[in-house]
Amino acid sequence: MQHTAIADQIEEDLHEPHSFFTTYIWSQDHKVIAIQYSITAIFVGLVALVLSGLMRLQLGFPDTFDFIDPSAYLQFVTMHGMIMVIYLLTALLLGGFGNYLIPLMIGARDMVFPYLNMLSFWTYLLSVIVLLASFFVPGGPTGAGWTLYPPQAILQGTPGHDWGIILMLASLAIFIVAFTMGGLNYVTTVLQARTHGMTLMRMPLTIWGIFTATVLGLLAFPALLVSAIMMMLDKVIGTSFFMPALVSLGESLDYTGGSPILFQHLFWFFGHPEVYIVALPAFGMVSDVIATHARKNIFGYRMMVWAIVAIGGLSFVVWAHHMYVSGMHPAFGFFFATTTLIIAVPTALKVYNWVLTLWRGNIHLTVPMLFAIGFIFTFTHGGLTGLFLGNVTIDLPLSDTYFVVAHFHMVMGVSPIMVLFAALYHWYPLITGRMLHTGLGKAHFWFTFLGTYAIYLPMHYLGFLGVPRRYFAMGGSDFIPESAQSLNASITFAALIVGLSQLIFIYNLVWSLRRGEPAGHNPWGATSLEWQTPDVPPRHGNWGPELPVVHRWAYDFSVPGAERDFIPQNQPEGKGAEG
Amino acid sequence: MRFFKTLGTKPWLDPTMVSTAGVALAVDPLAAPRTALRFIMGMVSVLFFLFIITFLSRSQYPDFQALAGQPWQPFSDPSRLWLNTAILALSSLAMHWGLWSARREQVNRAVVGISAAVFFAVAFLVAQLELWRHLQTMGYYVNTNPANSYFYLLTAVHGLHVLGGLMVLANVVFRVWYDGAMARLSGPLTLCTHYWHFLLGVWLLLFALLTSRVETINMLAALCGF
Repeated sequence: MQHTAIADQIEEDLHEPHSFFTTYIWSQDHKVIAIQYSITAIFVGLVALVLSGLMRLQLGFPDTFDFIDPSAYLQFVTMHGMIMVIYLLTALLLGGFGNYLIPLMIGARDMVFPYLNMLSFWTYLLSVIVLLASFFVPGGPTGAGWTLYPPQAILQGTPGHDWGIILMLASLAIFIVAFTMGGLNYVTTVLQARTHGMTLMRMPLTIWGIFTATVLGLLAFPALLVSAIMMMLDKVIGTSFFMPALVSLGESLDYTGGSPILFQHLFWFFGHPEVYIVALPAFGMVSDVIATHARKNIFGYRMMVWAIVAIGGLSFVVWAHHMYVSGMHPAFGFFFATTTLIIAVPTALKVYNWVLTLWRGNIHLTVPMLFAIGFIFTFTHGGLTGLFLGNVTIDLPLSDTYFVVAHFHMVMGVSPIMVLFAALYHWYPLITGRMLHTGLGKAHFWFTFLGTYAIYLPMHYLGFLGVPRRYFAMGGSDFIPESAQSLNASITFAALIVGLSQLIFIYNLVWSLRRGEPAGHNPWGATSLEWQTPDVPPRHGNWGPELPVVHRWAYDFSVPGAERDFIPQNQPEGKGAEG
Repeated sequence: MRFFKTLGTKPWLDPTMVSTAGVALAVDPLAAPRTALRFIMGMVSVLFFLFIITFLSRSQYPDFQALAGQPWQPFSDPSRLWLNTAILALSSLAMHWGLWSARREQVNRAVVGISAAVFFAVAFLVAQLELWRHLQTMGYYVNTNPANSYFYLLTAVHGLHVLGGLMVLANVVFRVWYDGAMARLSGPLTLCTHYWHFLLGVWLLLFALLTSRVETINMLAALCGF
């Protein structure tokens, strides 16, 4: 495994691509791969957004749309959930931003295994194609819910129980292979390819978040792989890993007494760290956006790092709080409730530190900053309802209601998306060399921020009323008042408006690519290395002939006596930093 | 402990410090693959750990029948498994000998060692397939019993990892050969050898588990709380 030490090569040795294909298609440049990842993830995310719109149409106006039958509805729910969590958020945060930012922020020329990195993207694309192919097979995609619980996921009566579930499991397995190839690159690059002076504790929090999330992914995705393989064997070969002995549609099946709960444990042993695989990069990126746009060093850098690491560790011992209603020993319920509440401590610490960074900061209400502040709101709200649901006694009546839907959408749907938007508005000038349009950006922010509250705040009340999630129609339930339907209709209006307002963002992305104001070097006055490249956007190899040398941490903002209100990480002592 | 010390540093103090940390690759070109290998072995360990945990959990359901312990069970006579284990152990030994020779720059011996390792690894895979066929002739199919399912599943997953190791080894040898730098073989070969020994260790664990009597399995399951 003799490997080219790409991080320390001079430019001539970097085999700069010359043809169109090697530059843009089969590229091994981390920046191009990041853009490929991002475009694919955003595309598939838009598909999932349309699916959520269709779901909301059914919920808001039942018996109105003939093309949405119960099967189609369940398929929309399932594909929306799976696409958003895995194929959009994980891929965009790690494959997109991880790829783009890691080498630039740590002062490397590229990832340490560029070829593997390229393979990672193409494998990811294959997983997306396999997933989307399930829309076109007999029976359509699986409608088992994004958790794919057996036995119903592979039994008759569940939509897509034949081809749909097989393609879903295959796609997940392929995705995990793709993630592994990318993930190995991210952790190895962070550990081994940092430039001179870039100690671990001088890394921007973005890198800490992405690094820890990748380690979590490398250790958690095997659980999903194990469950996918075993479920696939149950489906295709007729093994009984998860499938109990049962009678289906009056027919006794050959399964001999497996354990569906075993699947749930495996799934959530992956599923809960997955929440933090999405959240930690978002935590990191929002920290950097807040510090840069408040012109103030991040409050409690060390604690922020410790919190990221602690959350990463704790995320592996809370999984069964997703399974309180599956029947478990009360002592286990107590254990998992306790660990769940403990994980709230480092998380709350981070929220306090973001707020304290803003306190007496020189806050610039730029579009990235608006989204970052929006994130603090949505994350706090989503986190607080998490404290409710983490307790067994409160979770039992609220489980499988819209309260849960509202909670997890606020905490791991809207919040990471807010950070993704903050990050896209923040780093777009570096990626393209042009600024995104501010007016359009602000319109996009207010529609999205207020709109998501209009969607999810009322949903909590629906949950309190006991309205169950995943139901195609409520039917005549005495305990659900008619006003719940009006609330549902208003949520649908808000959801459609939020969905449509994303077109403003897409338009802004495309319009600004050619007509946006030229960004120049470092338009936000940021300190971290990615803004200190000789070219904007950075060229292949990132740094010209010499790698940067790091002299300080990434948060020297508003240093008293300094010439400017920021000191880049690669600026030596004595240049503009005298007191 | 170094990690905790690192986490304790205060990066906002002493801005003049230009640490020597970073660009490890410039000093040691194997730094990156070595780190990657550690993560790969970590991941593979988690993968097998989870399979084994589910095996122990599943073993506590009434339809589970252990593969050994009684005369009518397929591995009451595990001699075939011992044979396969010996083949894999020979592969590991040959690999180690190849590495030992490569470190002494005895290129020919190293090549012989690697070739023997590849031969025995392929032989192991063939022998495992033969074992599958043998089980099927005895009427033990994948879905006959959960323990059988686990046997086929775990041997398949382990075999795929051996196959992956062979592909990486082929790539390493080809690259070193192509660059005409056989003298530098020992570095990457060290990593391959680590992986080989690791897979032997995994196999020994699987072997012990799959041929355990029902009492042993129940005891392990009880220790895990099942």
